[in-house]
Amino acid sequence: MRTTARRALVSVGFAAGLPALLVAAWALATQGTTSLYFPSPARVAQAFTRTWLAPETITGDVLPSLARFGIGVLLSIVIGVVAGTAIGATPWLRALLEPMLEFFRAIPPVVLVPVLMLLLGIDDTMKLAVIVSGSVWPVLLNTIEGVRAMDPVLTDTSRSYRVRGALAYRYFVLPAASPQIMAGIRLCLSIGLILMVISEMFASSSGLGYQIVYFQRQYMVAEMWSGILLLGLVGVVVAAVFQLVERRVLHWYHGSREVARG
Amino acid sequence: MAENTPLLSVRELSKTYPGANGPVEAIGSISFDVHPGELVCIVGPSGCGKTTLLKCLAGLLPPTSGSVMLDGAEVSAPPKKMALVFQEYGRSLYPWLTVRDNVALPLKARGVPRAERLAAVERAVEEVGLAHALDTYPWQLSGGMQQRVAIARAVAYQPEVLVMDEPFAAVDAQTRADLEDLVRRVWKDLGVTVLFVTHDIDESVYLGGRVLVLSSSPTVVQEDLAIDLPAERDQLTTRALPRFTELRTHVYGQIQRAKRGEAVPAVR
Amino acid sequence: MTQQTDMVNGSRPGGGSPGTRAVPVGPGAGRPDAPAGAAPGAPADVTPRAPRPGGRSAGPAAGRRRTGRPGPARAGGSAALGALGVVGCVLTWEVVALAEVVNPAYLPRFTTTAARLVTELGTPRFWSALGDTVVTWALGLAIAVVAALVAGTVIGLVPFLRRATRSTVEFLRPIPSVAIIPLAVLIAGLSREAALVVVVYAPFWQVLIQVLYGVADVDTVAQDTARSFGLGWLRRLHHVVLPTALPYVITGFRLAASIALVLTITAELVIGNPGIGRQIDVYRSAPDAPGLYALVLVTGALGLLVNLGTRAVERRVLHWHPSVRKEGAA
Repeated sequence: MRTTARRALVSVGFAAGLPALLVAAWALATQGTTSLYFPSPARVAQAFTRTWLAPETITGDVLPSLARFGIGVLLSIVIGVVAGTAIGATPWLRALLEPMLEFFRAIPPVVLVPVLMLLLGIDDTMKLAVIVSGSVWPVLLNTIEGVRAMDPVLTDTSRSYRVRGALAYRYFVLPAASPQIMAGIRLCLSIGLILMVISEMFASSSGLGYQIVYFQRQYMVAEMWSGILLLGLVGVVVAAVFQLVERRVLHWYHGSREVARG
Repeated sequence: MAENTPLLSVRELSKTYPGANGPVEAIGSISFDVHPGELVCIVGPSGCGKTTLLKCLAGLLPPTSGSVMLDGAEVSAPPKKMALVFQEYGRSLYPWLTVRDNVALPLKARGVPRAERLAAVERAVEEVGLAHALDTYPWQLSGGMQQRVAIARAVAYQPEVLVMDEPFAAVDAQTRADLEDLVRRVWKDLGVTVLFVTHDIDESVYLGGRVLVLSSSPTVVQEDLAIDLPAERDQLTTRALPRFTELRTHVYGQIQRAKRGEAVPAVR
Repeated sequence: MTQQTDMVNGSRPGGGSPGTRAVPVGPGAGRPDAPAGAAPGAPADVTPRAPRPGGRSAGPAAGRRRTGRPGPARAGGSAALGALGVVGCVLTWEVVALAEVVNPAYLPRFTTTAARLVTELGTPRFWSALGDTVVTWALGLAIAVVAALVAGTVIGLVPFLRRATRSTVEFLRPIPSVAIIPLAVLIAGLSREAALVVVVYAPFWQVLIQVLYGVADVDTVAQDTARSFGLGWLRRLHHVVLPTALPYVITGFRLAASIALVLTITAELVIGNPGIGRQIDVYRSAPDAPGLYALVLVTGALGLLVNLGTRAVERRVLHWHPSVRKEGAA
């Protein structure tokens, strides 16, 4: 009994130790100074509650940004998976499109921001288009690869037992490609978040990205720091949620790998 | 159906692959018949195109020429009346589905109603002795047990022909003996026709009512041998019979000749 | 020719680890990607290989043919199809622009863009911008890789540090690198140094995580094999440490190189330090659509070059590794 309690305490200590130490060092280093660039943690915390927990920022900046991020990423996933399975399962289509897709993927997503600004103007559609145009590629290409690399024995099995159409899609193709698809989604999420911020930095009068740049230009450094902190938190929460979902979706995958490794 | 109408009829089947240095003839010309209720073993030297033959039979691979007829109809796509058990048990089961769902999926594809499906699955899994493992995942099971699941899936599918591709090549000897007896039992219990491909001579003689010996590539049927062992087979007594030894020595000799390329036309 | 196809087929978003490229054969074939999805907080950009639980393909199966495996004849066909795809894409662009579906000031024809690209290639301004971009990229990548190698080795070798830093690494890694752009600007102004802060950030974590996995893997492998054979440390380094950790590091490097390029151009675009990215923003605000599209094509080409280059490095360095060797054997 005591050992389990002790062990739990030790792991909490390990998890919290370094962050606590870093914050303490930060507090100590900024104590008494009025450094413009490095405000004390207390000031940043204060700025955080004042800036980001105010109702008008939540409804006016934070939620719209997160909504664009969510919709953009969702669109990317749906488009990527649907198109990816179709392309992956059709050898001639794959051969036809592969070089082009490789090229599109190699374009740094951010340079599409100016292009889409030209084509679509500055509005929510453009911001969504920016997010989708950058984050669809990892899902699309990973899905293609996942479908292509499906085990031929399993393909033969499905064919010989006449598991076809929607049933095969749901119970064979999607799960078989799911490890790759999930890896693609993980990338899609981080690219989507980056593009959400960038699209707002460029052409916007609201949103997380806009606010952070605004604070920087106004030399409201504590507020700027709090914005960075918020983005970090969003990134961490998104990664944690993804981790949970991935564990669930791929529990068979992780389980079988553990068995294979003995 | 008359007793002498074949259920499965293979006529002058040949398969040629396009290769890097010109076409490669995997199967020369194979002809044989399988009658309803038979248990036929196909044995041949490694690399003789057993798997290619089997894929052609199962409608997974179009033959270059010749034909496969199942129950009077030409096989051009995977037929309804055939179930397959692959050698690679670990790769032929869906790792994301439980044992129950693995066995049930083909039935679902066929449109078997849910209640009936579940009952059929439980019956089949019980038949292979895995009733306790219905809700585990295949990868949680040993190799032999995984192959039992594959057999259960084939059994639940209620095929007329059960085709097995070296199903026990990758399991240990002990498990293998058990699985061989399982195949004999399933064959007898269900009255299904079994086509069993193996590279193991003992296995072919022990299991088969008939053994087809294939030559090396380009493959032809080198010999079609009736196994006149008693129908009740037992790992200990059957394998100790002098006739068993004679037959296996005979098949062994044929395989050796096949390896040396002394293809001899089949003689009855 | 088959190799060529494999190169194309094998390329994947964010890149897989070495093991993911080949047609999977048996368990353990792709050791480097083993920790990809398995361990908590696995590297974000590593594509896990499909599992083959218990899939021991024994003797006879090894020589079997697989349907759908491209033979030499089909590889040629797929290259032709790929070329056709490129031509089709270019033609579509040309036709859409000609039909003036969108304002031609916003969507120039492909031929206009191509002509503009050619003139652009003749200007010193282009080459100095390209040079700036490449230097920032190379510097950022080098700093990130070296720092991550050092930090990763130290942290990886000391179990206490590994445990103590885990939560911090897991927190800092997913912070989007663009979030620190304002901070970088505040500290370093509109300079290359500001861009470098951004360029180093994300690749650093990428490589660090890979190094940590590599070192952890060496640990287990070393305990299993080297010690029992009583190898000296130099031979251990040669026979155990390098072969085990190198694939992780190289994979990390390959992923980091792509990310660093993306961030270099992003930084130039957003911060405004000299480089292709800034030139793109200049053309956008002009607006000079053909110039903008021409430079977007250039960034795509740069990205492709980095991908192909790092993959070539990976093949070269890991040529002995089973997952790479397999690719050649059709």
